[in-house]
Amino acid sequence: MPLPSFIPFKGLSAGKFKNISARTLFLIAALFINFILLSIIIWLTVKSAPVWVEKSIPGLLLSQVWFPARGGFGMFSFIIGTVLSTLLAVILAAPPAILSAIYLHEYASKKIMTAGRTLIDLLAGIPSVVFGLWGIITVVPLVRNHIAPAFGINTTGYCLLSCGLVLSIMIVPVIMLMVIEVLDGIPNELRESSLALGATRWQTVKHVVMRMAYPGILSAVALGISRAIGETMAVLMVAGNVPAVPSSVFEPVYPLPALIANNYGEMLSIPLYDSALMFSALVLLAMVLVFNIGLHIFKKTARYGGQTS
Amino acid sequence: MPHVKVNKFNLYFGNDHILKDIDVSIPDKQITVIIGPSGCGKTTLLKSFNRLIDLQDNVKTDGRILIDGEDVFSRNADLCSIRKKMGLLLQKPYPLPMSIYDNVAYGPRIHGLKKGGDLDGLVEHYLKEASLWDEVKGRLHAPAGNLSLGQQQRLCLARGLAVEPEIILADEPTSALDPLSTARIEKTFIKLKKSYTIIAVTHILRQAKRIADYVIFMYYGRVIEHGPASKVLENPEKDVTKEYVNGVIS
Ligand SMILES: Nc1ncnc2c1ncn2[C@@H]1O[C@H](COP(=O)(O)OP(=O)(O)OP(=O)(O)O)[C@@H](O)[C@H]1O
Ligand SMILES: [Mg+2]
Repeated sequence: MPLPSFIPFKGLSAGKFKNISARTLFLIAALFINFILLSIIIWLTVKSAPVWVEKSIPGLLLSQVWFPARGGFGMFSFIIGTVLSTLLAVILAAPPAILSAIYLHEYASKKIMTAGRTLIDLLAGIPSVVFGLWGIITVVPLVRNHIAPAFGINTTGYCLLSCGLVLSIMIVPVIMLMVIEVLDGIPNELRESSLALGATRWQTVKHVVMRMAYPGILSAVALGISRAIGETMAVLMVAGNVPAVPSSVFEPVYPLPALIANNYGEMLSIPLYDSALMFSALVLLAMVLVFNIGLHIFKKTARYGGQTS
Repeated sequence: MPHVKVNKFNLYFGNDHILKDIDVSIPDKQITVIIGPSGCGKTTLLKSFNRLIDLQDNVKTDGRILIDGEDVFSRNADLCSIRKKMGLLLQKPYPLPMSIYDNVAYGPRIHGLKKGGDLDGLVEHYLKEASLWDEVKGRLHAPAGNLSLGQQQRLCLARGLAVEPEIILADEPTSALDPLSTARIEKTFIKLKKSYTIIAVTHILRQAKRIADYVIFMYYGRVIEHGPASKVLENPEKDVTKEYVNGVIS
């Protein structure tokens, strides 16, 4: 086969050239993604330097005093707000999401499965501002008029519970979709093998399917958590946005993303404010990264069942 | 009266008529081999015996499949106890995601056998029956996925034997295996037919000749011919069977 004339290297066949250039391209793409992450981290670190140089990092992270006009930039309430609303969302969302995904995939007929899947796809695609609005018109009044009174508590309804509820509804389809994908990846023959031994559906799900799906389900929950940590719009609309550590689920919270979205661009000329918001973004990014790296390490070291192949 | 009797059995996937008027008795304690071209319904028939076919959508059946005189398709049939009567080997081995020991113990455990000493005995016994014991006795608690394919298939056999079936169903059980592993499975089958009724599907005519006592030839969803192996394989009555065993059609 004659070499195309544009090949610049002598003695390099077209195939080899393509191979090398493809490899270089992938390498550049991979480096580029890392470069973006790295540059965001560096940029946030530099931009937030004025505030953490003056107030010290532990001082910022552990202080609850948020009073920008007087130089108080304590992040603690915001970090707690993020952690609590994410935790609440996952506790509320993960069990029903996992169970209904298993039901759809392992028990329901094909028709119901297809219908269910389409519905979840739709849910997963709803913009978060819509969830936020929906939270304001339904969840907030529900909490204010029914749930809180049941505990004898007065609340505006803009609180940790509403925030957790709205977030959980948002991440249920995310977790479900991924669990279904994981279940799809388990060969049917394994289910057949177990059923053929006289096992019931439930025994098959419990001993075979769940064992195979366990790492994947963990990843699905993690994806839900990542989504909840960073969610901004819906949270901002129902959380109440009061910078304090809540003493019950009926008190308002102020998660980090809401802080940034609410205030950036309206810092007036308060010194260090801009820098403090950069710092809060850095903290948010660090939380997501630490969580994901931790999960990665956990999955590497944990042993799942006996399957190796 | 034979364990397994198929009586005017028809099966449809939606509107596709897949199995047509199957009417055949499977002789006890022999190896019955089902042969026929690809897509003729061998797997479908095999999975009808233990009703794994239920896992497919839109399946309709009529006629009966009798196991010990009980119709497996009757309304009040108990699926778990029917399936427990039949061990199943698939085209590729699928060990459960657990250790070698737990694979064999899986059946006894779900059917309520106790833990402890006698389970160890059971595991050893069935691994021996499946001619695997000597190769794995030192690593019973290693993951089953570490075994070679041939060993995995014998493990699947041991796993099936451990629920004390009367029948072994095998769907091209050696098609993923090398010749040596194939020979071991065949030898094990011949050893096991003293105590079990074995129904095996195969694509390989030479394999049918090596192991079959009884042969069922299927073509486009029908049983064309069935009878003792020597007769169907060497001296078939029907022309299609002749063409198939002579390799004219495949
Ligand atoms: N779930 C299904 N839905 C619809 N048709 C199916 C389904 N499963 C199998 N069939 C059809 O039923 C027929 C019989 O299939 P089956 O798998 O029993 O053939 P087979 O004899 O085992 O073939 P092979 O030798 O290739 O394994 C084929 O025509 C196949 O296309
Ligand atoms: Mg088949």
